[in-house]
Amino acid sequence: MGLFELAFYSFAAIILISALGVVVSRKMMYSAFSLLFTFFGVAGMYVLLNADFIAVTQLMVYVGGILVLIIFGVMLTQKITGVDIKEGSVGKLSFAVGGILSAFIAVFFTVMYMNVDWLLKDAPITDSTITQIGNSLLTEYLLAFEVAAVLLLVAFIGAALIARRESN
Amino acid sequence: MGIGLEHFLVVSGLLFALGIFGIITRKNAIMVLMGLELILNSANLNFIAFARYGGLNIEGHIAAIFVIILAAAEVAVALAIVLNIYQNYKHVNVDEINKLKE
Repeated sequence: MGLFELAFYSFAAIILISALGVVVSRKMMYSAFSLLFTFFGVAGMYVLLNADFIAVTQLMVYVGGILVLIIFGVMLTQKITGVDIKEGSVGKLSFAVGGILSAFIAVFFTVMYMNVDWLLKDAPITDSTITQIGNSLLTEYLLAFEVAAVLLLVAFIGAALIARRESN
Repeated sequence: MGIGLEHFLVVSGLLFALGIFGIITRKNAIMVLMGLELILNSANLNFIAFARYGGLNIEGHIAAIFVIILAAAEVAVALAIVLNIYQNYKHVNVDEINKLKE
């Protein structure tokens, strides 16, 4: 087994085990920290797929931004008495529905992905994808890039405004 | 056996299924958000895998960047709304929140 296979299977194990930890653990803080390992595993997958810029972006935005926001959310919505939030089960029915649906989705995707005859092309050997991404963002996708910038600005101003509104 | 496109796709499919499971079986709004993040990550993994095995096509990377941007905007707004809901209801259980206004 080569180094690539070893790295792939380690990252796949990290992703799937920690994602399972996110959805089954009873305490929300444990879920949030499991999510951290899922994001790291996905970043590792991006490195294996020659996507260096996306891997760094994943680390900076997801781990540095989104995860911190989620942990803030978890801590700010805990009861004032300091009791840990342990989510009770949602009832047998929705547990069964969720289990069956997600098992069906997993089996469906696995079988479908294994049976399609994909049209593959060899990747050219490149040092880095950053030059290509930068050229593409500032020429072909310039409008989408600017709209995304405005969207982020609007979303963050709106979020700050909504979050600091007093309740009374 | 070599690692091909299918391996990455299967990992992303399983991640998607776990995200769906998390969204359906949790009551807490923040847990639902975490399931959503798992789903967005699996979609991104698909984009990058197809980009790599389609000849290092850079457009898949662009799509992944926009997904990351939207995820950041979405989680910021969603957490602000969740904090507001918590101020009004003292809990964030999505199946008991049924009023837009008092």
